Amino acid sequence: MSHAAPAIKPFTLTCEVNGRPVALEGSRSRRLSDLLRIDLGLTGTKLGCNAGDCGACTVLVDGAQVCSCLIAVGQVEGRRVITIEGLAADPRFEPLRAAFLRLGAAQCGICTPGMLMAAADLLGRDPHPGEDAVKDALGGVLCRCTGYQPIIAAVLEATRAGAAIGEAALRIGSAVGARIARLDGAAKLNGTEIYGADAIPVDALHLRVLRSSWPHARFAIGDLTPLFHRYPGLVRALRAADVPRNGFGIYPEIKDQPVLADGIARFRGEAVLALIGARDAIEALRDDDVPITYQPLTPVLTLDEALAHDAPEVQAGKTDNILIEGRVRRGHPAEAFEAGALTAHGRFETAYVEHAYIEPEAGWARRVGERIEIFVSTQTPYMDRDETAGVVGLSPVQVRIVPSACGGGFGGKLDLSVQPLIALGAWLTGRPVACVYSRPESMVSTTKRHAARIDARIACDAEGRLSAVAIEADFNTGPYASWGPTVAGRVPVHAMGPYRVPNVATRARAVLTNGPNCGAFRGFGVPQAAIAHETLMDDLALKLGMDRLAFRRLNALRTGDITASGQRLEASVGLVACLDALEIRWQAALDDAARHNARRGMIRQGVGLGCSWYGIGNTGMANPSVMRLELRRDGTVLFRNGAVDIGQGSTTILTQIVADALGLPVGSICAIVGDTDLTADAGKTSASRQTFVSGRAALEAAVALRAKMLRLANASMESSLRIDGDALIVIDGPATHRIELTDLPHLDGVVLRAEGRFDPPIVPLDTNGQGVPYATYAFAAQMAVVEVDLELGTVKVRRMIAAHDVGRAINPTLIEGQITGGIAQGLGLALMEEYHPGRTDNLHDYLIPTIGDMPAIEVILIEDPTPLGPFGAKGVGEPGLVPTAPAILSAIRHATGARLTRVPALPHRLRAAIKAHEGAS
Amino acid sequence: MGAYLRPRSLPDALSALAASRWLVLAGGTDIYPAHVGRPFDEPVLDLSGIGDLRGIDEHADHWRIKALTTWSDLIAAPLPPLFDALKQAAREIGGVQIQNAGTVIGNVCNAAPAADGVPCLLALDAEVALEAADGGRRLSLDAFITGARKTACRPGELVSALILPKPRAPTTLAWFSKLGTRRYLVISIVMIAISLDVDSDGRITAARIAIGACSPVARRLPELEAALRGRTLNSALADVPHENHLAPLTPIDDIRADAAYRREAALTLIRRGLADLGGRR
Ligand SMILES: Cc1cc2nc3c(=O)[nH]c(=O)nc-3n(C[C@H](O)[C@H](O)[C@H](O)COP(=O)(O)OP(=O)(O)OC[C@H]3O[C@@H](n4cnc5c(N)ncnc54)[C@H](O)[C@@H]3O)c2cc1C
Ligand code: FES
Ligand code: FES
Repeated sequence: MSHAAPAIKPFTLTCEVNGRPVALEGSRSRRLSDLLRIDLGLTGTKLGCNAGDCGACTVLVDGAQVCSCLIAVGQVEGRRVITIEGLAADPRFEPLRAAFLRLGAAQCGICTPGMLMAAADLLGRDPHPGEDAVKDALGGVLCRCTGYQPIIAAVLEATRAGAAIGEAALRIGSAVGARIARLDGAAKLNGTEIYGADAIPVDALHLRVLRSSWPHARFAIGDLTPLFHRYPGLVRALRAADVPRNGFGIYPEIKDQPVLADGIARFRGEAVLALIGARDAIEALRDDDVPITYQPLTPVLTLDEALAHDAPEVQAGKTDNILIEGRVRRGHPAEAFEAGALTAHGRFETAYVEHAYIEPEAGWARRVGERIEIFVSTQTPYMDRDETAGVVGLSPVQVRIVPSACGGGFGGKLDLSVQPLIALGAWLTGRPVACVYSRPESMVSTTKRHAARIDARIACDAEGRLSAVAIEADFNTGPYASWGPTVAGRVPVHAMGPYRVPNVATRARAVLTNGPNCGAFRGFGVPQAAIAHETLMDDLALKLGMDRLAFRRLNALRTGDITASGQRLEASVGLVACLDALEIRWQAALDDAARHNARRGMIRQGVGLGCSWYGIGNTGMANPSVMRLELRRDGTVLFRNGAVDIGQGSTTILTQIVADALGLPVGSICAIVGDTDLTADAGKTSASRQTFVSGRAALEAAVALRAKMLRLANASMESSLRIDGDALIVIDGPATHRIELTDLPHLDGVVLRAEGRFDPPIVPLDTNGQGVPYATYAFAAQMAVVEVDLELGTVKVRRMIAAHDVGRAINPTLIEGQITGGIAQGLGLALMEEYHPGRTDNLHDYLIPTIGDMPAIEVILIEDPTPLGPFGAKGVGEPGLVPTAPAILSAIRHATGARLTRVPALPHRLRAAIKAHEGAS
Repeated sequence: MGAYLRPRSLPDALSALAASRWLVLAGGTDIYPAHVGRPFDEPVLDLSGIGDLRGIDEHADHWRIKALTTWSDLIAAPLPPLFDALKQAAREIGGVQIQNAGTVIGNVCNAAPAADGVPCLLALDAEVALEAADGGRRLSLDAFITGARKTACRPGELVSALILPKPRAPTTLAWFSKLGTRRYLVISIVMIAISLDVDSDGRITAARIAIGACSPVARRLPELEAALRGRTLNSALADVPHENHLAPLTPIDDIRADAAYRREAALTLIRRGLADLGGRR
């Protein structure tokens, strides 16, 4: 059978795009989105799925919102199409954009064009919508970052008469703590932000990856000559043998994951072959055209299968299928359990969870002489550089990573995806090579949150003081290391929860299987462990007959306490303050629920609580960041910031820190972000570390630069600075010095330069997990109010109140955004998210919360500063998510009596648990 | 991508269909998602250019929902309470983007077990009008959908309209409920459509109840319908349904829910629907 395209009659189609008539030629059954992005270069329209599920591609056709990925080009004949670029030029929507910017409604920004188009559709029909109308109108667009609350607020605000545009000018020295709009925000609102797939050169070759559809199989690649004849646009294939050093991994000593599998595929979705060619050929190709034969082998899928004594080895030489194990031991847990007045225990299971960032992996690479430049969506440019260099057989300085805007990461873009393939392709062909993962490809091939099984025991004395915790947690890590060791290291430190426990035995193992490869996902295993410790805390409170909040406060870590790792917490332990902040609302919500439930209806209310702590930065490992500042002769302060902003806001927050430390306004600082040729290594955007670690490095750089600036005028420390064109003004008491920067010696335009470095002080953990694993910890307590339909087992989370000790809130709006976004992911973890390899590789079978699933969220920021952090700040990227699922589960239990030990609490599972509880009582 | 035709009239579409095989395209909301990273195998016949295939017409004894009528068209159309269930289903299809593009008939022709429109249309005794170059025919919706993603539509045919007979009773009350794990954009675990024809004394002269996502094709519950006939509208209606009435259902375990839950939830929702309708007197 021939797959050559049938002859297509040439045609011309006319329509109007953004007010301009357009005449188009080419296939009319193509998606409108492709036409917009590829033919018209309107890349503001984003593609998250090509299946109608994410709404990122929303445009207006004759004023009505539609998914441009579902509309045939032929269907817009004679119609008016408006894209984000058209909207950006329309002054009527300026209040909408201003509200989005001011309220932090765009984080990574990949969903923003779709959100704005949906909002424009709504406002065209209804200039003064209520909140429900906003939700209905925006319900077809998914956002994985914000938790939707800021988006709803922004649409509502934009419709209010006289909505504020712009923001009050800040006084010098007041940037830290101010709710300034994100500095990289404007481009996210007008469609000009460039993500991984947005700036692919027209002459680039495209790369397509062929993947195993078996979790474990031997495979052979047949003769590709006929394929190359059938698709003359194909240029070359890449096989395992073409990869100079076919192994990569996070850890210097573990490079166990091949770029292309070498004869054996070890998970469903593993790359086995890459084809490079002209875009048309790559797109016309069908997977089953490619002669690859698979001989399926028995896969090891579950923890039980992997841990059975006669289990086959997933990785040669790892006889017990245990990749790594981490422990913490302190005191005498066995004796303490013996002596404990009350004990509780349980086995908890969590599912694989998909990051579901709306931007699938994408990028392109080109060879420049003996170097490779890679433009890619990533959380970790420096590691990408080193790892890519490693596999291509180059030295790191031969590779340059230029990070694109990142349309969501959450840990998933900490591993290599397209990077080594496009680099190798560009290296070998000498032409630019691009690769954009499809949604199913992104889901099947990239890492997941570990599925976990946690056996936990906890004991307290008769007064309710915790005496012992024992936890054994097994994490299904897939066939390759990725971030499995990180999870195994972090979990034992955190698994007893943020409490004083004198006797502890915790263990976490990363277990090798042929399941999906699991890696980093917001919290590195701690969210799973928190479900276990918080459920047991509720168990004990119930047994003691003690209020759940009071029980936690009794046991909460306080300044001066020694953790299970033997670390004395010297400062910044704000858990009690978080609990105190919740107290009044907690009591009121309990009263409300009691009143509501007294009616004994089918819908029961429940109130629940979850507490957490989270060590900022890597676990017991060096974790440095270097930041650079320059004063240039043209009067600019250039901030060379190697920390990529994946939507969480580091670009803005670090600039706020620099501004106040320098004593200059935010507006006088311009930044270069992430480019490995132009910045220094700031480490990864992970482990909630950029504000704390890179923020402190930025502070150091700014302090040093300020000192040098003052020295130019021999001015005192108290002097104030101003930049006036290309002059530096130093005002020292009554004296004002004007320094013409152009008069000073310079190197490449740089008059002064300063560097700041920070590596948080830690002490590596010994074999009993004793040491100083983190320099500081974030603390949080969240409470949830839910309504449960007893007969259907469905849950509606009504409210979440989140109290977080962030040390210092450098930018409260951005921090709140991290928390509302974290809550959305925690809600998903608790109620709906469950990745099944092969069955949920899309965003309609894999469910993440929509705008209609979110509760009202109130965020309370507690500021118990850490002396190590910049202006006292810690981190908040991950902590937002950790206590959410425990709080929701606690509330469900309060509403129904059903104690859930497996998430997600899908309706049928909850209904079964409610029935079991009713049967038992 | 391959050949594409966008005829301007039904006869042109039918003659193209008579001549060769085409993939019929309406709103594309099922077709494009089925082609992620995969080109079309067949040439595409796009119906969207046929102006007179869109809209809902009222006739003496029936309504006609024409092939290009979208969910949004349906929501916006001024229609009697008979359509309340179908309209409710329309509001819960995907998000607004999908409602603006997707057609009611596309939903029927795609014949997914969880197609939200189908139980509502079964509860309206819908018939399917098929057209081919050599003439048309009509099938009951029941006979049209022959299995999961299978219909009686033959090569050369397309569906031009759904025919909804007007009930003889003075009043028809309709109720729809969809159960899913999230608020928007969700594939149903179970959905229920109820139509009750009620005479002027408040007596039920006919009941039509259909359940979706609990069998390869949504099913009516004839025994329950019979048990409701002749009863008076009141809240005691909720006591009528029992487990045995669900005999036509064959739910399965899948990632969304297990079979036992589906059965139980179906019964719960039917009872709630009847309680709600019973209370409308
Ligand atoms: C994000 C998303 C969410 C969705 N949510 C829901 C939901 O909540 N509930 C639900 O039920 N569905 C849902 N759907 C599915 C889909 O929107 C509906 O089934 C829609 O009604 C299909 O109509 P269409 O016009 O888009 O069909 P198309 O995709 O154009 O066609 C669907 C099928 O019907 C055939 N066809 C269409 N018209 C005719 C005709 N006149 N004659 C013969 N064959 C024809 C086509 O050949 C094709 O096989 C969703 C889809 C997406 C992408
Ligand atoms: S890309 Fe169109 S809906 Fe996701
Ligand atoms: S801001 Fe919505 S997906 Fe990132």
